Amino acid sequence: MDAATKSEASGLRPALRHKFIALVGNEYVRAATAADAVVGAQPKLVIEPGTERELVNVLLLSNYAGLAVIPRGGGTKLGWGNSPASADLILSTARMTEIIEHAWADLTVSVQAGCTIQRLQETLSQHGQRLALDPLWPEKATVGGVLSTNDSGALRLRFGALRDLIIGVTIALPDGTLASSGGKVVKNVAGYDLPKLVTGALGTLGVITRAVFRLHPLPLNSRSFSVSTVNAEETQKLVLAVQDSKLAHAFLQSHFSDDAPPVSDILFEGTDAGLTAQEAQLRNLSAPANISETSTSTWTAREDLWAFSDPAGTAMAKISILPANLAHTMELVAHSANAHQLQWKALMYATGLGGLRLEGSAGSLRGALRTLRGELQGQHGSLVVLHRPDKMPAFDAWGMAGDALALMKAVKQQLDPKNTLNPGRFVGGI
Amino acid sequence: MEARILDQFRAIVGDRGLISSPEELHTYECDGLTNMRVMPRAVLLPNSTEHVQGIVRICHRERIPFVARGSGTGLSGGALPVENGIVISLARMNRILEVDFPNARVVVEPGVINLDVSGRVSPRDYFYAPDPSSQSICSIGGNVAENSGGAHCLKYGFTTTHVLGLEVVLSDGSLVHFGGKTLDAPGYDLAGVFVGSEGTLGIATEIILRLVKRPECIRTLLAAFPSTNEAGAAVSDIIAAGMLPAAIEMMDNLAIQAAEAAVHANYPSCGGLLLVELDGPLAEVEALMTHVNEICRSNGASEIRLAQSEGERALVWKGRKAAFAAMGRISPNYIVQDGVIPRTALPQVMSEIERLSQEAGVRVANVFHAGDGNLHPLVLYDRRIPGQEKAAEALSNSILELCIAAGGSITGEHGVGEDKKKMMSKMFAEPDLVTMQRVRCAFDPLQLANPTKIFPTPRLCGEKPGEYVPHAIESAGIAERY
Ligand SMILES: Cc1cc2nc3c(=O)[nH]c(=O)nc-3n(C[C@H](O)[C@H](O)[C@H](O)COP(=O)(O)OP(=O)(O)OC[C@H]3O[C@@H](n4cnc5c(N)ncnc54)[C@H](O)[C@@H]3O)c2cc1C
Repeated sequence: MDAATKSEASGLRPALRHKFIALVGNEYVRAATAADAVVGAQPKLVIEPGTERELVNVLLLSNYAGLAVIPRGGGTKLGWGNSPASADLILSTARMTEIIEHAWADLTVSVQAGCTIQRLQETLSQHGQRLALDPLWPEKATVGGVLSTNDSGALRLRFGALRDLIIGVTIALPDGTLASSGGKVVKNVAGYDLPKLVTGALGTLGVITRAVFRLHPLPLNSRSFSVSTVNAEETQKLVLAVQDSKLAHAFLQSHFSDDAPPVSDILFEGTDAGLTAQEAQLRNLSAPANISETSTSTWTAREDLWAFSDPAGTAMAKISILPANLAHTMELVAHSANAHQLQWKALMYATGLGGLRLEGSAGSLRGALRTLRGELQGQHGSLVVLHRPDKMPAFDAWGMAGDALALMKAVKQQLDPKNTLNPGRFVGGI
Repeated sequence: MEARILDQFRAIVGDRGLISSPEELHTYECDGLTNMRVMPRAVLLPNSTEHVQGIVRICHRERIPFVARGSGTGLSGGALPVENGIVISLARMNRILEVDFPNARVVVEPGVINLDVSGRVSPRDYFYAPDPSSQSICSIGGNVAENSGGAHCLKYGFTTTHVLGLEVVLSDGSLVHFGGKTLDAPGYDLAGVFVGSEGTLGIATEIILRLVKRPECIRTLLAAFPSTNEAGAAVSDIIAAGMLPAAIEMMDNLAIQAAEAAVHANYPSCGGLLLVELDGPLAEVEALMTHVNEICRSNGASEIRLAQSEGERALVWKGRKAAFAAMGRISPNYIVQDGVIPRTALPQVMSEIERLSQEAGVRVANVFHAGDGNLHPLVLYDRRIPGQEKAAEALSNSILELCIAAGGSITGEHGVGEDKKKMMSKMFAEPDLVTMQRVRCAFDPLQLANPTKIFPTPRLCGEKPGEYVPHAIESAGIAERY
């Protein structure tokens, strides 16, 4: 039996399936296939509502019927988080792709959750604007998915995270509530800031149906430079010196690996006059011989890090550290990779966030991740596993949630009391 | 308040930390919104997190509502006491606990005054970015609760962008930590929810803030326009040119007059004054300032001045920051309003305000954070003239309705508090408000922390959310279609 027929066979009661069909139409309810699996869990149905109302109804009915719902955008980061405790249906936002309003003169945009980041950026660029965010795989990643995973890249240093860019949100709750908070103006303190609550919540509180963002102008010009250093100690000095300087850099990232000395990339945006002056200042901060102008292609580094060849022998983690712990952290990584005979690469931003890739046997990966997580947590940091080999023994993706876990569970209980959305995927079993 | 309970409080904070005599309690009757007053039963002045926990545990056990208070400068009645409740003043918890320059973080207690943070880190050329006009007196705890803004938030973001972590005492006395020194701590962004929650989710006892390096150069330009319309058009052109100034502020003629009378800022007399500040690398700022100059000129600015010294710059800002208080110079009484509109609606909303003002026979002075559409209409009246106060209040409310109709907000930085509760249901639908209150129930099921604020209709936490009611699915259309 192939995967499709198998899931069909173990599918939902036909009556229920018909109800879903009645809600969204026959062509938008289909049996899930192996390609729809979520970290080892096989859902039964994929449903693609076309409107907010339809989505609410599907969610309401699922909640009533006790089905576990996995919201899905572009599916690029569906593997982030723990394996779901159960997964009955995929609620896809693939048809909800409308850019509702680009109020370009007000530098805001209101967009449905299923719109891809790339399409959004293309539209915004027609008025010389951008959502100042560079998530992974923008051609497939959607607004809803990027929000739920709180994905960010190099631009975060200058423009903040999604939490700083989102100004309004509408969410569908399992009980059929459709609730908005925030608004469509940049400045607004009326009511609780629920856009921030759902950003990074991995779809465990509600399904994001639309969001409003503040926008930024596209830069006039930009220039990138690379600075090579002999070791992590020197890299840290450079990064902290740049951060402590009057430079107005937009990006600052450093590459580390087991087989090459570290290199840092820095990007400036602005007028030609400003760029020339900043280049001169940068050259004063470091030995000029180590600095070279580089192409913008270096800013795809995060996707390069993710372009590994062997999923069964690779682990990917997001790490968060204090910027002044950079050198020490890279020593820890090198040390534990060595001890476990792993190859490694890291891409660290000046914000203290970064990505780590470890390659080797599943057992060794687990050992290294565990040691590193313990060490990072010991210095105020965290390590979240975003990808691990299927065969690696169970390993919590998140790590410690701290003393607010009970409160987080209470928030979940308030908004999704039947544990319908992404059960078990988030921190502390949420 | 029963002597038994006062004794318990006293045992925690000592004699010096407890105020219960009516004369002394008067000071705490209201915040910056002085027309609303409630006498608290007692005021407590803890000086540690343990004190706060101890006090709150008693409140929890005895079901006594409590209201946190920073400096009491809030303008929406956030720190207004509630009936039969106590006030917990954080004024004595005013230590800067840690300054970490390499990581650009500070850790402070809630009673620390906003400006003192910048004062402490300025020798190393850092500053704390959110700069409410009240920054020399308001507390970081109050800023956190209100998600306060300031002129420079256009570029640097509001308080919420600068709060990395919080230590919070929940209403059962338990201690929790949100966020932290590093970014993206696993779990929900509860720091993000707490900031701006106006004291209704608990009491912040320690706050981790982000510091910003002072830019290489700061330039401030004043441009005088015939009216706010031309000034507004210039703002639109500046934004359309792809610039993100550190601040863009606007004042109308009445506001200029008041500021002049109060602090002699040497503003040009005109119908619409624009204050534009650019900061960043010197070469960049100079190139862009030339451009701003051209934009102002082409929109009809009659006079353009660039502040020539740090002293001149400070004076320009002094005039702007004194604008609210300055109203006292031109009117015996006034209401400070705070609303937001999409910036492009400015001309239309301004002329509507003008019309309403003439209709009501009540003057309105306007000061705004023009870059982000945050209006501060100051409604001027004289309480001694019968009917004026009512007319002023009605006008002030109509202005908020204009903001809502334009797609904006009823508050950009002063908060909802007690003052704007009723307006919440005009801006949000019932399900929106119910959802927010469900979040509140997770934090404070007994609703002891600043209850009665923000939400127009209180909702008991016992009301079970999320229960299936058959008619919900039927009315959602399933029944008929199936
Ligand atoms: C002249 C003047 C100018 C102003 N200008 C601005 C401006 O430009 N921008 C702006 O945003 N605001 C401005 N304000 C409003 C006010 O200053 C801010 O809202 C400020 O943040 C309030 O701080 P506070 O310490 O006075 O707080 P309070 O008024 O004492 O309290 C405000 C709220 O915070 C809560 N609270 C206080 N401390 C805590 C804590 N530790 N934990 C939890 N909750 C707490 C209180 O319960 C209350 O709800 C201005 C006010 C005045 C009088």
